[in-house]
Amino acid sequence: MIGLGQFLEVLIGGLMSGVLYSLVALGFVLIFKASGVFNFAQGAMVLLAGLALVRSLDLLVTWGFPLWAAIILGIGFAAVIMAITAWLIERFVIGPLVNQDALTLFMSTIGVTFILEGAAQMIFGSDAYPLRLFPTDAWFLFENLFPGGILLNKLDVWGGFIAGILVASLAIFFERTKTGRALRAVADDHLAAQSVGIPISWIWFVVWLAAGLVALVAATVWGTKLGVQFSITFLALKALPVLIIGGLTSIPGAIVGGFIVGAGEKIAEVFLGSHIGGGIEYWFAYVLALAVLLVRPQGLFGERIIERI
Amino acid sequence: MLYREAGQFKATYAEDMAIFPIRQDRIALGILLGIAFIGVPLLVTFHIWPFASEYLLWAILLPFLILALAAIGANILVGYCGQISLGSGAFMAIGAYSAYKLGTGVHIPLVWLGFAISIPPLPVLSSILLGGLTAAVVGILFGIPSLRIKGLYLAVATLAAQFFFDWVFLRVPWFTNYAPSGSVNAPELNFFGLIVRTPIERYLLCLIFVTVFAVLAKNLVRGNLGRQWMAIRDMDIAAELIGIRPLYAKLTAFAVSSFIIGVAGALWAFVYLGSWEPLAFSIDRSLQLLFMVIIGGLGSIMGSFVGAAFILILPIMLNLIPSELGVPLSTETITHLEFIIFGSLICYLLIKEPHGFARLISIGKEKLRLWPFPY
Repeated sequence: MIGLGQFLEVLIGGLMSGVLYSLVALGFVLIFKASGVFNFAQGAMVLLAGLALVRSLDLLVTWGFPLWAAIILGIGFAAVIMAITAWLIERFVIGPLVNQDALTLFMSTIGVTFILEGAAQMIFGSDAYPLRLFPTDAWFLFENLFPGGILLNKLDVWGGFIAGILVASLAIFFERTKTGRALRAVADDHLAAQSVGIPISWIWFVVWLAAGLVALVAATVWGTKLGVQFSITFLALKALPVLIIGGLTSIPGAIVGGFIVGAGEKIAEVFLGSHIGGGIEYWFAYVLALAVLLVRPQGLFGERIIERI
Repeated sequence: MLYREAGQFKATYAEDMAIFPIRQDRIALGILLGIAFIGVPLLVTFHIWPFASEYLLWAILLPFLILALAAIGANILVGYCGQISLGSGAFMAIGAYSAYKLGTGVHIPLVWLGFAISIPPLPVLSSILLGGLTAAVVGILFGIPSLRIKGLYLAVATLAAQFFFDWVFLRVPWFTNYAPSGSVNAPELNFFGLIVRTPIERYLLCLIFVTVFAVLAKNLVRGNLGRQWMAIRDMDIAAELIGIRPLYAKLTAFAVSSFIIGVAGALWAFVYLGSWEPLAFSIDRSLQLLFMVIIGGLGSIMGSFVGAAFILILPIMLNLIPSELGVPLSTETITHLEFIIFGSLICYLLIKEPHGFARLISIGKEKLRLWPFPY
């Protein structure tokens, strides 16, 4: 029989890994909100940011920098790399494809995915690199309440904290700043935004940069948990069902969707997977997304899709 | 000069609507088929260059034929009907595994009903075709959401199929006949008493399949059904208004596409791999097929062949050319370069030539028709 303590532990573990999915999903949502591009490359951007960070950290430490300086410089270097990437993507891929339909843009981001994956590994190496920025040991909570207590990973708490800050600052950015308002205008209508004098290529650069920085944050948290390696891009595929469940255009949707997917798949794995063969974590999120699509195609928080004839 | 159609008059409707209305095209195709069906086997039999070793046949021609077949299937869905699919690999797997189950005998014990469904092992040809049929049925099931959702959402739905079936074939032991390692062996390739064993026999077998299916697909997309698909792709609402049923058009596209992909999957497993595990049909395979379609040409049967050839040959070229030039690259670098080149090509083609290499070829033909006077 499974006790309440174990259930809570699974639930909390699931919610915490959900936070990580949300972090990647946020990058998708940012780009989709501002340019209507469904960015398949977000996982590759996480890989690139993570590799840039971990490799520059290693190098700086061997050069004799103190750790705190190395971390600051390393993060700065990775941010610069993401900015260059954002500029290149805007300049050479998304810019020329302006006014194309969503599918073409989507396929072009598949191309971008492959370029980024190849380039990132060619420049920074393709092994698995450990990254240690946050404590990864565990806490035991409520030990007097449940036998054995509830295991809680410190890293997950850090992840949740960072995600919270990120969402709050993104919300402020979108709602309060001039660029944020311009972003929303571009998302509504490219042409109208251009005609009132919003520089669209600059806006797109800002959007991809923001997505790149979100990818960097995701990479630091994920990299600490799993090491920076190629398989990070596959984990990023988990963000797709998160988006479908939460709604493509909603930042809170990405968070809630992440929680649902994270908790749902852990609970399903533990309580259902043991009966039908295990490893259902792998597809559970997708089947959940499929179910949501059939009932509510716009997701939980998405804007209703209205089509006129 | 060589490619002028002056003097070729079309006197009947049948001539006007022929697949290859221009004589030079027919001759070129005839030569190509002649080389494929007669020339290659002759060269192989007498060990003449480039067929002195079996490398070319085994490592390039065989996978090329099978993947081209799968690319035709993917092209019908993505290129002709505009329903983007990231789950082609899953449908190949469904074709392969259901052909395997049918070829080795199906046994479903229905304990709670008190009896069992047993099908004796079927001949290879029928199990390959039935494998395709199973894939078609599953394709229809996963196509049903396409009636409510479109484009990107559908891509995620097909991705769901990919991940789900990856898991099913890995974890449900019934599909692998309880093989402890999870990898299975294809049954003997016995076609009406003819046993296909050597590479050249395998090649000819695949060639026959590909030729038949390519002709069928070409005729299908030219006909009523193909036009319905293209109308849905170009503008679904307008298509609905002129009386095309989206339900029927989309589901037939899913069915035909999955059928062809399923047959290709069965061939890939039976004829090329011989023994395989679910990894052979992972998401990488899906993306590879999608690339073939994009690079070769969306909405073109010939493009599927060109795309498949390009995607197979590029890695080999990357291996050969630098080492010939005296700058050998490490295998890792080659893999990464491959990634970068594929990615850049996709972006470049989407920007400059959305119809891929097939369109470039037809532009070339158009120019040859006028050459040497360009006006």
